[in-house]
Amino acid sequence: MQVQRRKVIGLAGAGVLGVAAAGAVGLQVTGDEKTTPVASTSDAIAFFGERQAGIVTPAQDRLHFVAFDVITKDRAALVGMLESWTAAAARMTAGLDAGTIGAVGGIPESPPDDTGEALGLPPSGLTLTIGFGASLFAKFGLGEKKPAALADLPKFPGDAIDPAISGGDICVQACAHDPQVAVHAVRNLARIGMGVVSVRWSQLGFGRTSSTSTTQATPRNLFGFKDGTANLKAEEPALLDEHLWVRPGDGPDWMTGGSYLVTRKIRMIVETWDRTSLLEQETIVGRSKGEGAPLSGTQEFDEPDFTAVDGEGEPKIAKVSHVRLAHPTENNGARLLRRGYNFVDGSDGLGRLNAGLFFIAFQRDPRRQFVPIQTNLARHDVMNEYLRHVSSGLFACPPGLRAADDFWGRSLFA
Amino acid sequence: MRTPRLLALVAAAAATVPLAACGDSGDGDGAATGASDKITVDASDTECKVASSESAAGTVTFTIANKGAKVTEFYVYAPGDRVMGEVENIAPGLSRDLIVELTAGTYETACKPGMIGKGIRNGFKVSGSAAALTEDAKLGQATTDYQRYVKSQTGALIEKTTEFVNAIKAGDAEKAKALFPVARTYWERIEPVAEIFGDLDPQIDGREGDQEPGQEFTGFHKLEKDLWVTKDISKSGPMADRLLTDVQKIVDEANKATLSPVQLANGAKELLDEVATGKITGEEDRYSHTDLWDFAANVEGSQAAIAALRPALEEKDAALVKTLDERFASTEAALEKHRSGDGWKLHNELSQADLKVLSDEINALAEPISKVAGLVAGK
Repeated sequence: MQVQRRKVIGLAGAGVLGVAAAGAVGLQVTGDEKTTPVASTSDAIAFFGERQAGIVTPAQDRLHFVAFDVITKDRAALVGMLESWTAAAARMTAGLDAGTIGAVGGIPESPPDDTGEALGLPPSGLTLTIGFGASLFAKFGLGEKKPAALADLPKFPGDAIDPAISGGDICVQACAHDPQVAVHAVRNLARIGMGVVSVRWSQLGFGRTSSTSTTQATPRNLFGFKDGTANLKAEEPALLDEHLWVRPGDGPDWMTGGSYLVTRKIRMIVETWDRTSLLEQETIVGRSKGEGAPLSGTQEFDEPDFTAVDGEGEPKIAKVSHVRLAHPTENNGARLLRRGYNFVDGSDGLGRLNAGLFFIAFQRDPRRQFVPIQTNLARHDVMNEYLRHVSSGLFACPPGLRAADDFWGRSLFA
Repeated sequence: MRTPRLLALVAAAAATVPLAACGDSGDGDGAATGASDKITVDASDTECKVASSESAAGTVTFTIANKGAKVTEFYVYAPGDRVMGEVENIAPGLSRDLIVELTAGTYETACKPGMIGKGIRNGFKVSGSAAALTEDAKLGQATTDYQRYVKSQTGALIEKTTEFVNAIKAGDAEKAKALFPVARTYWERIEPVAEIFGDLDPQIDGREGDQEPGQEFTGFHKLEKDLWVTKDISKSGPMADRLLTDVQKIVDEANKATLSPVQLANGAKELLDEVATGKITGEEDRYSHTDLWDFAANVEGSQAAIAALRPALEEKDAALVKTLDERFASTEAALEKHRSGDGWKLHNELSQADLKVLSDEINALAEPISKVAGLVAGK
């Protein structure tokens, strides 16, 4: 193990080589359905590549999501920061210090160029994924480059959105198997960005609530149900092309190969859920709590049969069940790649858990995917009785950086 | 895998020790400085053989080898036994380095076997004009310039504190309230200097609840509470007198002390850290809400320290100086929006969004300022 870690350092130190070596790991996971995951949870995930990491990357266990506002009008300062961020992100995802000097490397009178809390920790599968919000385009006169798909999300019935924890000019999704590593990455980007960007809000998450790979077991959300059974998976390239990746002609060229990121912080009123009968819980979800099978079947991956009826002629999967309302057949075939996380932000002062789901979904066009699906859910889903949508975000995530001299946002600011 | 990189460092650290400090290379195989520059000291339980009794001004490195049976120490004293540098706890068989910067003059070296007494002393003469105290004349000038600033501020501090104290003793609460943030302005501009004298700072500027058990709540903030919360200053006279006495003490101390360029740089950063932690939150002046006066004063004090260092910084990193100029201007402009008459709006009149803007400004300014100390120390 020690030898491998040293190898990672050596290669990454040599620049792109290290990334290429780590990239092989990612390719193996996404390229061959039969391969079991070769990457241990401590390994590095390639930062450079055709797509940004952190989208179809098998969902890591931990999240630190952050949204920034740009506080300068100086375009060159912003571009300079994005270059610095890219260099730091390439280093940190490879398991290195954020800066070339490091946490303990510099002269004693200077603050270190890495904050140090990840010293001694492996890369831990860290991915850093960047997205740009609609508000950024207005600030920098980039109107022509703003994709039509980046239109503001409508207000959905029942929304209780707090603007202070919504939106933002730039987002960074940091996922890792170790929360310390994800937090370290966000903290260092925030530090590097001081004077150029300001943190608008951030969210910690644990316990991935989706599977983005067939190699992963389906996890459970805080309602105790398996989540992500019917999610888009990394091993379904044709479906990903149809539903996930922006295609040529969809919008501005700089987004081709990218994806749109929707975030929703969904508070779950778990105390009332917990005194709901198992029967009712399962009826609301439309799946069994144990196996996760649709109520029309017996196995988790059985396709739901919405025509199936019980002895009294009632649908086995209720009309207002979550699984039915969210299903592609109810939404013009629209599908999402979800990679949300559970959150608990302590308690709320009334003794209730301030907890829920930090929903994250990637898609080719939110106007045809998230918006109709959420509209359907917001109107009819009986689960809403136990939910409050308190934050919302929409960001355009460009394709990946193919070379070490490229940087986040270059296609946008070029 | 993140690996602490210590190699390049040892050299950098040893080369940048400012003023008098001990460079400790542990077992004596110091990779830092060229061995030929070192003055060897053979210490035993009865002798202290210093290989040379003189040196050119500048950085002098002593390598002390303890060949005795007792733990020893090595000191360099200026006249009056002022310690210029020391290395303690050299165990038998060990060798340690002491790096000290010395200007022309006569000094004494001392080994202290058993770490007691005046030690075994030898004369040590330093001649010539050093390339600099900490490297160059510009840094020397910076400390002189900043000292002048401290003097001007302490003069006003005493004057305004006296007026404030007199208003309290005269029972004139309105006048005292008006003078409170004004007197504090001069204090807040030079606070890092004041903090060097650790026992006085808490007495003068401690906030309620910061006291250790048995320690009394005194100073500016006690009088602030009397004025704004208790609204009774009829018994505040003795406390006001005590504040004035303490302020006078610290003013005398501050005017005697000379800060090193590195302390100046750190002071500039610490003043902004004060803003970021205490003023933005309104914790500092929690009764009067006059935090923006302190905010402005901290920024001004920080700017004064940077201004003193400016000629040296221009030489080392002109781009950083430009950034600092821009960020100081931006911070001032952001603060200016909250001006009210001769002073500032109260903290509780600002919205959360206002405070966020000010917080961002301070972070944006403090980040590049945090690089100044390293630049000053670096060669």
